[in-house]
Amino acid sequence: MSLLRVEHMTHYFGGLQAVSDYALELEPGQIKGLIGPNGAGKTTIFNLITGIHTPSEGHVYLDGQEITGLRPHRIAAQGLGRTFQNLALWRHMTVLEHVKMAHYSRIDYGLVGAFLGSRRRRVQEQEFTERSRELLRMLDIESHAEQLVVNLPYGVQRRVEMARALATDPKVLLLDEPTVGMTAEELRQMIEVIHLVHQRLGLAVFIIEHRLRFVMELCQEVQTLVFGRVVAQGEPEEILNHPKVIEAYLGEDWED
Amino acid sequence: MAIIKRITSSLAAWVAATPLLAWLLGALAAVLLEHGVGRPLADLLGLPKVPVLFGMVLALKSPGLILSAVAYGTIIYIVPIVLITRLGAGVLNQAAAGLLRLNLSASVVIHLCLLYAVLHLWSDISDYRVLTLKLTLIAVMLTLSLNVINGYMGEFSCSHPGFMALGAYVTSVFTVAFFVKDKLFGPPLLPPELGPYFFPVALVLGGLAAALGALLVAIPSFRTRGDYLAIISLAFMFIVKSAIENLEVVGGARGLRSQPDWANLPFVFLVTVLCVWVINNFVNSTMGKALNAVRDNEMAAEAMTVDTRRTKIVAFMFAGFWAGVAGGLFAHVLRYVNPATFGIQRLAEVLAMVYFGGLNSVYGSIVGAVSINLLGEALRPLELFKWIIIPLLLILVMIYRPTGLVSFKEFNVRRLVSPKTPPGGDR
Ligand SMILES: Nc1ncnc2c1ncn2[C@@H]1O[C@H](COP(=O)(O)OP(=O)(O)OP(=O)(O)O)[C@@H](O)[C@H]1O
Ligand SMILES: [Mg+2]
Repeated sequence: MSLLRVEHMTHYFGGLQAVSDYALELEPGQIKGLIGPNGAGKTTIFNLITGIHTPSEGHVYLDGQEITGLRPHRIAAQGLGRTFQNLALWRHMTVLEHVKMAHYSRIDYGLVGAFLGSRRRRVQEQEFTERSRELLRMLDIESHAEQLVVNLPYGVQRRVEMARALATDPKVLLLDEPTVGMTAEELRQMIEVIHLVHQRLGLAVFIIEHRLRFVMELCQEVQTLVFGRVVAQGEPEEILNHPKVIEAYLGEDWED
Repeated sequence: MAIIKRITSSLAAWVAATPLLAWLLGALAAVLLEHGVGRPLADLLGLPKVPVLFGMVLALKSPGLILSAVAYGTIIYIVPIVLITRLGAGVLNQAAAGLLRLNLSASVVIHLCLLYAVLHLWSDISDYRVLTLKLTLIAVMLTLSLNVINGYMGEFSCSHPGFMALGAYVTSVFTVAFFVKDKLFGPPLLPPELGPYFFPVALVLGGLAAALGALLVAIPSFRTRGDYLAIISLAFMFIVKSAIENLEVVGGARGLRSQPDWANLPFVFLVTVLCVWVINNFVNSTMGKALNAVRDNEMAAEAMTVDTRRTKIVAFMFAGFWAGVAGGLFAHVLRYVNPATFGIQRLAEVLAMVYFGGLNSVYGSIVGAVSINLLGEALRPLELFKWIIIPLLLILVMIYRPTGLVSFKEFNVRRLVSPKTPPGGDR
């Protein structure tokens, strides 16, 4: 049984069929890529898996349990961490607060603890802080812990998103174009970071990506999506030379 | 220009080096001085009586006396505060450090006792001061609780007067029916001597009634993403008001009177402190910070396991609860309530305090409530113009500081009671 499995998923936005008969099998420890031209429906697939939209048809299973139609916070708590294509950070919160917030589902001090400040709360908040700092250290951004995210360089903001997603303790990590808008240097660091989380934490990773070079370097398998439909699927080299892929990417800057 | 800069920088250095303890002791000296020589000094300066609100009312009523009022304020307030904060800073910094080493709670309690002593002595001079002070404390509760929704959570709620009304009426019905001989409810059901002990219970009931009202607003408003809250909460406020107007058992539009005189200054002060403490606890916990996450990016909050619907509903009921408690106190401070009190004007006032003082900030709510309330009192002689000046001020603040005077500032109790070392000074 795969860790993350999607079966016959189709989704309509009004009359627009954004995703049709999509399927996915992601094994533990696997890194998979999803590529495709603008508007192909890649982000929509993430949103369907993570519960932001409920698929019109089809099923999603995480670790053998059906998660289709659950509310997003339940799905996240069950082990699906994600980042967003257009950074979705909280502008008035510090880096540390971001990562602590992702522990929300594990809060057990209750409303009484939150209102009156119980011992349990002190202990647990301390735990959250320590665990968050550990993640920040791992991603090499601990020095920014007390800063507001809006004041940080883009590459660091991306890592904050990553740290925050990891703090939910995911089994599967979904990354939506983690390198968009990055400099070459930041790109290189991001590849390292993904390698690191993959090796250190043994997570399965599913990446949407535009830059083919990045996909080639990281992924063991790649799906190509065009107009909501998977047109090619296989190892990176295969995909790169696939006629459908070349056609879809024609005229795009697919070298970087 | 240079001299102004010199003055402001030395003022800033002075403030930075002065611990809260020194400010409180300075204020205590000032109010003691007023107790001792306030009256004779006022006579000497040709003032008709001791200026009740720092001479602000007086200055507007009889401008000829402005100089005397300023002299009075300088001698009674400014001189002792400046003397003590300047001369005592060193010793008092050490004292604050000592207290903090001893125990944070002990230090906080001592600071609170000092604050209460200052407020008590200051208001002791006239009933008017007592009333103004109580209403200001209640305003702090209202402002802070509304800030939880409009500031911390970033929604726009208009139902605070409605929650206040629910709290005011439920609390009043409880106290009047059980402990007072009254036209509406007849003889007391329980011995009136027991009454004061039940007052906290009555307030909690009022708060719970308001929280229940909040639930009624929250369920339809937070069903889906989108801005339904403003309109639903506004409707709720009007519904509560007209429901009470038509409820003859509680006096209808004529209102409800003969509340027992239990809301004395120490009690109101204690409840306010409790309210600030609990709300501050909440908003500083990870559970409470979820409000900020929901405000800044709801989708990200959900993806990070935050149950946004529950978060919103809980926060809304929590804010409603405190507005209800504030309403209960309000009714017992005035010892009379009528539904007209809880209309659009009250709403405008609370909103003004929230947005003037500053969003997402305990300090902001205190600043907003105190300044708008005192200003409202001080400008009372201007009558109608009051309603031009206050909105103008609000507009100015909105232009130059869109989120209010002291917004997004964490209220850290430990830092508040800590000693202050001057910048560059030895530690
Ligand atoms: N919430 C929505 N409501 C209606 N239409 C939507 C919604 N979200 C996406 N779409 C449409 O679905 C299609 C797929 O969009 P999607 O964002 O998934 O593309 P993408 O592959 O992620 O593209 P990009 O590379 O630009 O990020 C587009 O035509 C888009 O306009
Ligand atoms: Mg996309």
